[in-house]
Parts: sequence; structure tokens; C-alpha cells
Amino acid sequence: MDSYQETIFKLKRFWAKHGCVIQEPYDVEVGAGTMCPETFLRVLGPRPYNVAYVQPSRRPADGRYGENPNRLYKHSQLQVILKPAPANVMDLYLESLEAIGIRLDQHDLKFEEDNWESPTLGAWGIGWQVMLDGLEITQFTYFQQCGGVDLELVPAELTYGLERLVAFLQDRKSVFDIEWVEDVTYRDVRFLEEQQFSVYNFERADVKMLWRLFELHEAEAQRLIDEYRALDGEKDLREKSRFPLLAAYDHVLNCSHTFNLLDARGAISVTERVAVIGRVRKLAVGVAGCWIDQQRLLAGAPAGEVRA
Amino acid sequence: MSGRLPLLFEIGVEEIPHWMIAPALGEMERLFRSLCADHRIEAGALRLDGTPRRLVLRAEGLPVRQEDREELVIGPPKAAGEGAAQGFARKNGVTLTELRVEITPKGEYFALQKRIEGRPVMEILAEILPVLIGRIPWPKTMYWTGKGGPTFIRPVRWIAALFGEQVVEFEFAGVRAGSLSCGHRRLGAKEIVFDHSTYEERLEKNGVIVSASKRRQRIEAGVRKLLRGTGLEWVRDEALLDDIVYLTEYPTPVMGRFDGRFLELPREVLATVMRHHQRYFTVQDKEGKLAPRFIAVMNMKADRKGYVVKGNERVLEARFSDARFFWEVDRQRTLASRAAGLSDVTFQAKLGSYQEKTQGIVDGTRRLAGWLGLDVEVAERAARLSKVDLMTEMVKELPELQGVMGGLYARADGEPEEVAQAIYGHYLPQSMEDPIPPTVYGQILSVADKLDTLEGCFGIGLIPSGSKDPFGLRRAAQGVVKVLVEGRLRVDLKRAVEEGMAATARHFPECGPQQAQALWEFLADRIRYYFREVRGFAYDEVNAALAGDWKTLPDLEARLYALKLVRQTENFEPLAASFKRIRNILRQAAWERGEVRPELLEAAEEKALYGEAQRVLGEVARLRASEDYIQILQAVATLRPAVDAFFDRVLVNAPDEAVRANRLALLGWLLNEVSSIADFSEIVTTTTTE
Repeated sequence: MDSYQETIFKLKRFWAKHGCVIQEPYDVEVGAGTMCPETFLRVLGPRPYNVAYVQPSRRPADGRYGENPNRLYKHSQLQVILKPAPANVMDLYLESLEAIGIRLDQHDLKFEEDNWESPTLGAWGIGWQVMLDGLEITQFTYFQQCGGVDLELVPAELTYGLERLVAFLQDRKSVFDIEWVEDVTYRDVRFLEEQQFSVYNFERADVKMLWRLFELHEAEAQRLIDEYRALDGEKDLREKSRFPLLAAYDHVLNCSHTFNLLDARGAISVTERVAVIGRVRKLAVGVAGCWIDQQRLLAGAPAGEVRA
Repeated sequence: MSGRLPLLFEIGVEEIPHWMIAPALGEMERLFRSLCADHRIEAGALRLDGTPRRLVLRAEGLPVRQEDREELVIGPPKAAGEGAAQGFARKNGVTLTELRVEITPKGEYFALQKRIEGRPVMEILAEILPVLIGRIPWPKTMYWTGKGGPTFIRPVRWIAALFGEQVVEFEFAGVRAGSLSCGHRRLGAKEIVFDHSTYEERLEKNGVIVSASKRRQRIEAGVRKLLRGTGLEWVRDEALLDDIVYLTEYPTPVMGRFDGRFLELPREVLATVMRHHQRYFTVQDKEGKLAPRFIAVMNMKADRKGYVVKGNERVLEARFSDARFFWEVDRQRTLASRAAGLSDVTFQAKLGSYQEKTQGIVDGTRRLAGWLGLDVEVAERAARLSKVDLMTEMVKELPELQGVMGGLYARADGEPEEVAQAIYGHYLPQSMEDPIPPTVYGQILSVADKLDTLEGCFGIGLIPSGSKDPFGLRRAAQGVVKVLVEGRLRVDLKRAVEEGMAATARHFPECGPQQAQALWEFLADRIRYYFREVRGFAYDEVNAALAGDWKTLPDLEARLYALKLVRQTENFEPLAASFKRIRNILRQAAWERGEVRPELLEAAEEKALYGEAQRVLGEVARLRASEDYIQILQAVATLRPAVDAFFDRVLVNAPDEAVRANRLALLGWLLNEVSSIADFSEIVTTTTTE
């Protein structure tokens, strides 16, 4: 039986062998690996890119104080992007399961329709949830749109839910009983985090302050988007090609996470919800549009200056 | 060259959503037949099969060539002379002697009977098969080869197309058609050689049962085997069985267990988790009590090590643990104490929250209860609590249990049993196959809820058009009709709509009589649909009965029954034909109103008709109190001899103006009186007197 970290190593090695850049987790809070720039921005435009990374994903409303055996405030996803999706992507995926010790001739595997959509990112795709002996272990998506833009190359996104997958492999009823590494359980590593962030998110977060943060991040992201748009394609070429859109995107991510905190705190009514999601979406779509433009500029620039 | 060859055409796809497969196969057959017809190819016997990964069309025998055909090409007029004819012959590559002279309405022309040779069908298949793939309609498609590329339900990964022994040469989305199929993802080879006679057998060896009915049989047989000797019964679920048949290529059922302590949870919760969330069949004992077992269907041949059963058991236990947690948390507070929270849940942006919706349901339920002489307090209590379960954890997690959970929690709270049962069933019926709520309080709550949704949506202009019906208003209206008829609720539907719309109009000034009229017509459409399609009445019977003065749907139903029965008697249809004639006469005369003046009746036959009409209508009036429409229509049918005699002997268009007016008045009076029961002139008759 492999430990939690050994399974992660194996998955990373598998995808490294198949040509993926192995990235480290992004260091801004996100709700899913899809939101990281390594996915959200990389899937835009015509450049092929293969990448895999573990992304701790924070979903404040899903927290259960570390008391529910299967629900977590912060779970880890292993995110793989293959852009464009190769024709044998399904076979590769099945091989990756074999690589972590799942004997496919001894288990039941089904691909059930599950189309993914993220209203905050203006993104959607077509795909499946992969069911292994009745347990959803992976979300498999062919991206169609991101930031409100039809994608030029269609990437396959594979998102493995690591805790569930390893609980399955290790035959544990609670994710907290997963062996992270010999003599250290998932509980040892993560319980306090689950507990304390549940207390904060549900009970102690300062709603007024969160709204202020939301507005600050929103304003900063919007300011940068507006400034980029105001630059002239010819006159300000140099300024445009080095413009900090990545920083703008960080502020969008901060907005999104702050929104999730407010939501968990019960500070957003159902009617407000749609409107606030719309505000974050506007920023995400704005950055995506600028990013595509900047990528075009960079692709047209003399060799050596392209740093996308 | 004649002769026929078999065609096998298999589109290999990544897993297609199960519910789309059967409809797609139907479309493939339709498209193939129509494309063949376009090319004058006789498609003959076809067989369509599908699994999640393949759509298969097999033609028993297609001709090898299209038939040759003759075409007449008209050339220059004969008058233009031989020179022109020669030019025409040269252009068509024939000699002058092969031309003939054709006589047309415009004169004599040189013409050529041209023989057009049929093309090889192989060539045509290469053109139409890729077209067929591209035309299969799907609810939602994707592209995968890049922006602007072809679209399909999921990526196409292989195509097999064999006509006789030859591959049909074409390409779709970069995939070349070939002669190889592909086996089950884990049980079969990636490339499978086959011919027409070995296709199914070769695939089965590679883990694919191509025929859906064979997969279904395999599941049924497997379940029987699992349950043999256990004393337990399979709770059959056709919809789930259909899903699984199209989720698998090689289905094998396995049976697992769960901890008997979970049986303390309501059966509805356990069954929903198993059936809707895990796609398991449930199992019960001989007394019908749920057994702590489940049947999962694998897409595999066997579970030799028992890993699949164990994995599914673990997943189910986690799901049941969650459900138990929700059940316990939810019962810490009563439903009634949660009602205030409904103001935070939006029903529809403009129509407001569920609290506002609840008020609408309460008002409607009270009206209905009052009219039906039911206990208004009980009805109101059920309505008040009907939507509160939306606030519970269980319904947030298992939304398909809305209503059901409300009923269960209400019972646990000690609410009156009628209240609990009414809440429990008020979302019924969700489809025409569903039963209606079993209790009368559930029925009126169901009707009030649906009418409230209809009134609100119509009031603010959300009226379904075409296939767009995001709020499921057709289904809601259909539910109202079904509940009122089958629950035998004597509710004046038009009045209910008018009062409901009047209440809606108080909140939305833009809601006027126009919207009420639109809703009424929408409901009338559903009434027609229900009686025709669900109950099998003829469309003319429905039109005739709908035109009468019915108020309640059970009354309308009684008229329809009577109409269906009495129309078969000898006098009825001729009488109906006469009523059509009366209607035409009155229309031509632009007759509007007028009293019959007996002193102006001249002919014996018109006096006789007047007398008969008085007798019959008197009897009808007496019978109407009992709503015995069979007797009523039989009485009306006795009018036939008098009506026939009238038309035989009496001239309606009498020269004397007053006599003529009086005859029209006699007919008008008769028509109006009888049409209030059912408009006989709507009945399509086989005999006509005109």
C-alpha cells in the first residue's frame, strides 16, 4: 500500500513521463485547480502546453470542523492539463490509474456524463465524472470556453480528487485516517487546519472587513484591466507586452476567494449571489481578453523577447 | 450488375451520455433512410444498436449500383431545322439518328431519351455516411479538433464502415473509416477484425454486447441469480434499468450489503441515495420491507476478488452516514420554526421568495378547500409548510426528495396526518405516468402550487414558446389537469384561474385580462392533450365537449364518455351532420338572436320540430341535474326524425321575412341549447347531408 505522498509522487512521475511540466501549487487561495493561472490562462491562445500540479483547493462552505469523514474545507486536487488533448487521452488516463496500483481488471469503471461549468470564470466544458466502484475519483473535461472565449485548441483537464482516491486505495472510511507517510496520518497533518478554518469561516470572519477586501481587490483588478485597455498597440507596445496582467489575475482570485468566505459566513443572500458572481466573472473575462491580446503581441515580437 | 450487399457502419465515440443513445439511434435510422431515398437507393431492412462507445447501423442488403434511369432532354424546336438538331446531338455526344421528335404543349421539339447510368452505391455511401454523422442531432455538442472544427456529442475515435467486404472510404473529423472495430476499454482488444456474420460474436468476445436488449436480459438474469434462495425480491425500476443498459457494454450485477441500522432512516431517503445517486437497485423482503442489500451493475464480467462489491459498500455507507447526519440535524428543529427562512430563498427573481410563493399557495389552497367543502384550516396548514423542507439539509443534499421530506418531517413534528400526507405528495404528478397525490388535501395543494406558478409566470410574461419552457409550465399545467380529472375534484377551473390571476395582478400591474386569457388557453391546450393523448378520446369528441358549458373537469370527462358511447348509436351522427348544416345556415344568414314565435310556425314539420325540441330540451334540463350525459345525449338523439323531416319539407329561406326569421330563430334556439352540452357540429361525420 502506497502512502498519500507516494501516490502523489507516482502520479506526478507518470505525467512527467508523458511530457507534462510538473508545477508546484499556486500560492493564492483558489477553490479549484482550474482557477490557477497554469490552467485558466494557459488554456487561452494557440500555444500547446502540458502541465500537472497538486493544488490545495479551498471551499470554505464545505468545511465541517474536521468532524465529517469525507468533507473538507481544503482538499487537494491533482490537476492535469493536456493542450491540445491527444487522441489517446482516455488511454493515458487509464494508464495513470494503473500507475498508482489500481488493477483495472479487478474494478468497475464508468464514465458518467458531467459537464463542468464555472460561472465565475466564464468557463465551461464537456465531460464526465469517472466512477470507480461507485466512487467519483476524477473529473474529466474537454474545455470549450474560458473567460468567455472559445478556445483555439481544446485541452483535456483531468482533476483527481486526491483524498478520496487515496482513501479508496488505502481502504479507509475516513480521509482523516489516510496514511500520509508511515506513522503520520492525514489527521496529524491537517486536522487543526480544518477545525480552525471552519471556526473562522463560519463563526469569526469579519464580514465588513471581507466586503472591504472584496471591493479593494475588485477595484485593483479593474484598474489594471482598464489601464491595459487604454494602452496603444503600437505606441505603447513595450509597456503593453510587460503589463502585469498576472498580478491583475491574482486580484481576481482574491475576489473569488473572498466571495467564497462571505458565502460560507452566510453574508450573501440568494439574490445578491448572482450579482456578486457576475462581478467576479466580469473581472475574469476582462483579464482573459487582455491576456489573449498580450499573447498575440508577444508571439509577434522578435525572438528572444517572447516570455509567455 | 445487380445484387445486394450488407453494410455495417459503426461510429466509435468516447462515452456518450446514456440517455441520448436511444434517441440518437432513431435519428440515425431516419437520416440513413432519407439520404438513401435522396439517392434512389432502397435502404431495406436496417438494424440499429448502441452502447456508450458506439453507434451501429447495419443494413441487411443495399444494392451495389443505383438503378439506371432514363431522362428526356428537350432540344431545339423542330422548326429550327436539321442544323440546330445536329448541334444538339453533338452537344450530347450522340448522332442525329438517336434523336426523336417530341410533341409538347408548346409544339414539336427535337428530344433525346438519355440513359443515365446508376452510380456505384459504394461511391454514394462514401458521400452520405460522413454527412449522416454530422447531422445526428444532439442536445449539446462539443468540438475537439480545434476551434471551428466539427462537432459531435463526444470525440469520434474510430469509424468502421464495411460495404460487402470493402471499406467505404471517407473521413470525419480526421478519423478515416476502416474495417476494424474496438473492444471494451478493459475487457477487449483495441483493434478487432470482423466480418458481417461475425461482428456481434467478435465484439462479445472482446467484452461488448452490442444489443441493448441482450444487455438488459443479462442484467435481469444476473439479478435473478443473485437473489435465488435469498427470499428477497428485486424492486424493479425500469428507468434505472434503461440508464444502466446504456451506461455499460458488458453489464454484470453484483449484490452488496449495508448496515441494518441504517434501516431506521426513512425508506424514501435510502432508496433515493441508492437509486438516484448510486444507480443501485433496491431489494426487499416478501413483506415488502426494504432489505439491507443493494444491487450494483458493473461494466465488467466478474468481480472475482470482491473488490467492486466492497468499494460500492464503502461508498454507500459514507452516503448513508451523511444522510443520517442530515436526518438528525434537521429534526432538531420543527418545520414550522424554519418557515421564516423561506424569505431568503428566491423562487424567481421577479416573483420573489418562497415566502411570497407560499402565500400564493395558501390563498389558492384556501379557495379550493372552501369550494370543495373541505377543512380550510387543514388545507392552509399543509400549504404553509409545503415549501419549508427546502430549508432542510436533506433536501439541499437530495433535492429530489422535496415534498417527501417535508411530509416526513411534518409527521415527526406531530402535525396532523392529513397535513403530513398532503405535503408529502404535493409535487406529484411529475409526469403523465406518475400517480396523482393519494389524498384530497394533497391534491388541492398540488393544484394550488402549480396554478400559483402558472399564474405568477404568465402574470409577468414568462410564457413558454416552442420548446423553451424553463419553468416546466407545460408539465405544471398538465399536472393540474390530471389531478383535477383523476381526483374527481369539482372545481370551476376558469373561476380558479380568474381569481388567481386577479390576485397576481395586485402585485404586478402589467398583469391584465390578456394574461389571464393566455393562461386559460394554455390550460385548454393541456386539457385537449390530456383527453386525446392520455385518455384516447377522438379529437372531434374533445372539441365538441370543450365547446359546451362545462365548468369542472370531471363534468367534461362525463360528457366525453357519453359522447364516445352515444355517437355509435344509429341516430347520432346523422343528427350531428344536421347540426353542422344548421350552423352553416345560421352563419350564412348572419343570424344572431331572436325568439321563436309559435304563432308564426306554419308547416306541420316545423311545428312538430318545435314540439319535439320542447319535449327533448325539457327532459335534458331535468337530466342535467344528475349529469347523466348518456341519457341526455340519447334524448337529444331522438330529435333526429323531427330534424330530418324539417329539412325534407321546410324551406328555411321562406319568401316571407317574418316566417324566415322565425325559422332561423327555431334553429338557433335548438342549436344553442344543445351546444351547451357539446357542440355536435364539431363531430366529424362519415355521412353528410349537405
